[in-house]
Amino acid sequence: MHRLTRRQLLGSSALALLLMSPVARAAVVKGGLPWKPGSADPPTAVTPGGWHYFTPQEAKTVEAFVDRLIPPDELSPGGKESGCAVFIDRQLAGPYGRLDGYYMSGPFQKGTKQQGPQSSVTPAQHYRKALAAFDSACREKFAGKAFVDLTDTQKDEAIKGLEDGSLKLAGTDAQDFFKLVLKNTQNGFLADPIYGGNKNMASWKMIGFPGAHYDYRNWIDRHNQRVKLAPVGISNHPDWTQ
Amino acid sequence: MARRLPHKDVVIIGFGWTGSILANELTDEGLDVVAIERGPWRDTATDFPISYAQDELRYRIRHEMFLRNSQMSVTFRNNANQTALPVRTWGAFMLGNGVGGAGLHWNAEFWRFLPSDFTLKSHLTQRYGANFLPDDMTIQDWGITWNDIEPYYDQFEYLCGTSGTAGNLRGEIQDGGNPFEGARSRPYPTPAMKQGYGHTLFAEGARKLGYKPFPQPSGNLSHSYTNPLGVTLGQCTYCGFCEWFGCANYSKASPQTTILPVLMRKSNFEGRTDCEVTKINLDNTGKRATGVTFVDSSGEEFEQRADLVILCAFSLFNVQLLLLSGIGTPYDPQSGRGQIGRNFTHQTVAGGLGFFDKDKYNFNPFVSAGAIGMCIDEFNGDNFDHGPLGFVGGGYIGQVQTNGRPIETTAVPPDTPAWGSKWKQALKDNYLSTINVGAACHGSMYSYRDNYLSLDPTYKDRFGRPLVRITLDFHDNEIKMSNFLLEKYGEILQAMGAKQVVKHPRKPPYDVTAYQTSHLNGGAIMGDNPGNSALNRYLQSWDVPNLFVMGASAYPQNAGYNPTGTVGALAFWSAHAIRSQYLKNPGPLVHA
Ligand SMILES: Cc1cc2nc3c(=O)[nH]c(=O)nc-3n(C[C@H](O)[C@H](O)[C@H](O)COP(=O)(O)OP(=O)(O)OC[C@H]3O[C@@H](n4cnc5c(N)ncnc54)[C@H](O)[C@@H]3O)c2cc1C
Repeated sequence: MHRLTRRQLLGSSALALLLMSPVARAAVVKGGLPWKPGSADPPTAVTPGGWHYFTPQEAKTVEAFVDRLIPPDELSPGGKESGCAVFIDRQLAGPYGRLDGYYMSGPFQKGTKQQGPQSSVTPAQHYRKALAAFDSACREKFAGKAFVDLTDTQKDEAIKGLEDGSLKLAGTDAQDFFKLVLKNTQNGFLADPIYGGNKNMASWKMIGFPGAHYDYRNWIDRHNQRVKLAPVGISNHPDWTQ
Repeated sequence: MARRLPHKDVVIIGFGWTGSILANELTDEGLDVVAIERGPWRDTATDFPISYAQDELRYRIRHEMFLRNSQMSVTFRNNANQTALPVRTWGAFMLGNGVGGAGLHWNAEFWRFLPSDFTLKSHLTQRYGANFLPDDMTIQDWGITWNDIEPYYDQFEYLCGTSGTAGNLRGEIQDGGNPFEGARSRPYPTPAMKQGYGHTLFAEGARKLGYKPFPQPSGNLSHSYTNPLGVTLGQCTYCGFCEWFGCANYSKASPQTTILPVLMRKSNFEGRTDCEVTKINLDNTGKRATGVTFVDSSGEEFEQRADLVILCAFSLFNVQLLLLSGIGTPYDPQSGRGQIGRNFTHQTVAGGLGFFDKDKYNFNPFVSAGAIGMCIDEFNGDNFDHGPLGFVGGGYIGQVQTNGRPIETTAVPPDTPAWGSKWKQALKDNYLSTINVGAACHGSMYSYRDNYLSLDPTYKDRFGRPLVRITLDFHDNEIKMSNFLLEKYGEILQAMGAKQVVKHPRKPPYDVTAYQTSHLNGGAIMGDNPGNSALNRYLQSWDVPNLFVMGASAYPQNAGYNPTGTVGALAFWSAHAIRSQYLKNPGPLVHA
């Protein structure tokens, strides 16, 4: 056996991983439990303001889109106000947007549904292409108007068109794109607010999830009683030290 | 040339649940042991402390603690007529990576199999006749019996502090426990977990229908506990961020919370992290392992020589390494010959939703744990007469809801729009008053001639080695069994007072994107002779006697329970055989 070259090791997507995240270093551990103070790896809180991936035009479309998927009403603020577009933007600019960690070696072939997604297109690329196609499709359907300029009813009509596949997108599958946006939006709305969506824990307050408490020993046998604890997210948890 | 490291007595491949158990047992014997792990060192305070362990997006949705497919994946197809394609991101199951293995982020649902599960083929043939089994079903006996394995179940439970209520203590049936379990020599080390409202209501419903519900055995501990090694675990806080997460409370049994604090202090042990074993090396007879080759994270290749090689890489990767190393004969589904890759199984899980009146029921689904809930075992294994039913196998049925994590667990009635104000309203109206258990019917999967593992001809890992290829589909027997269990589950939900029951039956074909459980079994099975198995009853390779292979790859078929109680018991059973027999006289422990 000969020594593997660095090129072989770094082949395919391992390259991206090694370059973009701190390289895990092989280590010998012995003589006790290794532990270094300050080695914890808390999440970095998203700060709203500016766009990391979207162009300003794309951002407007996505904000309008998430605000129809999660409309503002008496139950909660809408998707835009809750930060869902910011959440998606930061996710697309990060590892998720690049599909870091996915198996990305070819050949890429179409398989059965049971074999799972086989596309080499990343979510970031998918949004870029589909958002442009979506704008064109809206302009065609709604007398030259872009999605953001439509009435709420028209916006819903356009989204339904994506959902049922009746609104075609040039070069990309409308229903796949709809599913992606819906999943990302709902994830952002329901995830910990530290990632930019679910601002002020809007969704958690709406459904009655008290958040990241980590200790419900006082509640486990209080059956059929509403838990009366103010909701907390990771960054307002008493143990948070960032 | 690979850099050669100083010789060791034992090299362990993979530092997860079984690797930790074997390392601790063999260092106790005074042997010099190295464990080589492809993932990083993992530690509670660093990797999942209380301040941010409860992060659904990071750990549950983005899989942060798991093996990433870019490092190692598998390919999948339903049958040999298809071209297998790579699993680009995990779906049907999750895999461990890093010290602790999947033991770090498991639920810790802590089951024993039934006595008849170990002699399944003889048992079923005797009761129903050989013709009752489908032609292409390849189930077989394990080569061990209940009396062989019971002491080691006990040992693993006492290592972990398992919480539960005994159902059969030395042959006497106990109130409140599982009356179908095999006779146990001791009660559980700690009492059963407390149960939430939904779990308790399920037990009431089940009792109304004449069943005998009992608390699910749990490796999340009801009380703090100090194990025989002197390591103390804390009390579970019912935080609801258990499976798929690390436990910040030191209250979920894992290598970290039960073994490592003792093992890591031993001078005759060392671990190597971020080092991936690429091959088990054989001498020129092909009958003796000389050690392993591994590559560290800088790409440098090393050779670790050792007298004894213990493969603890989890079922899939055990089989991959055996195939890549040319150990044993690869299975050929056409001829039925060859043992490596044969009898691969997963699980047949079904579940559903019970919607309750929101003005009367508040389940607080987020007050829960990874291994909580009330179960019935009337329809597991051969606890019921299969004669009139036309299938074999079964599973436990339970209200084992582990969490109310908002992304994963919010459920809405089937006629709800997928978005918009009506969706929001439905989310709000149902979150607190829905029973949502994906794996309520935890069914078995028996083995078949055409379900197997092999090396993929096309897709490679980052070192250029073939990925392991899964060829797997559901057979009618499993679907009938699963539908039968789901019917019973639905009846219990009705008896609990659900206003609407929505069943999610398991449907063929097997889908690699749909999560069931992470219980993959077989491929290097144990048995009583080299013609029907890769390993003997002590998990020793028939082909290479200084190689032992731990884990669920040894299962001839899967039972209707979670596997790790049995994985741990087998690891202790094998370690005992190594310590008491093999080391005195290294060589085959069973003569073929
Ligand atoms: C989300 C989840 C929930 C689960 N819940 C339950 C449950 O409730 N009850 C239950 O019974 N079971 C459960 N399991 C299964 C349980 O975790 C496993 O059965 C158990 O961990 C298996 O032990 P093992 O030692 O065989 O494998 P692991 O504990 O996975 O250890 C294998 C180790 O080997 C390493 N490795 C693999 N290949 C190599 C290589 N080539 N070189 C170096 N190192 C390598 C891996 O990185 C890993 O650390 C669950 C699993 C998951 C993922």
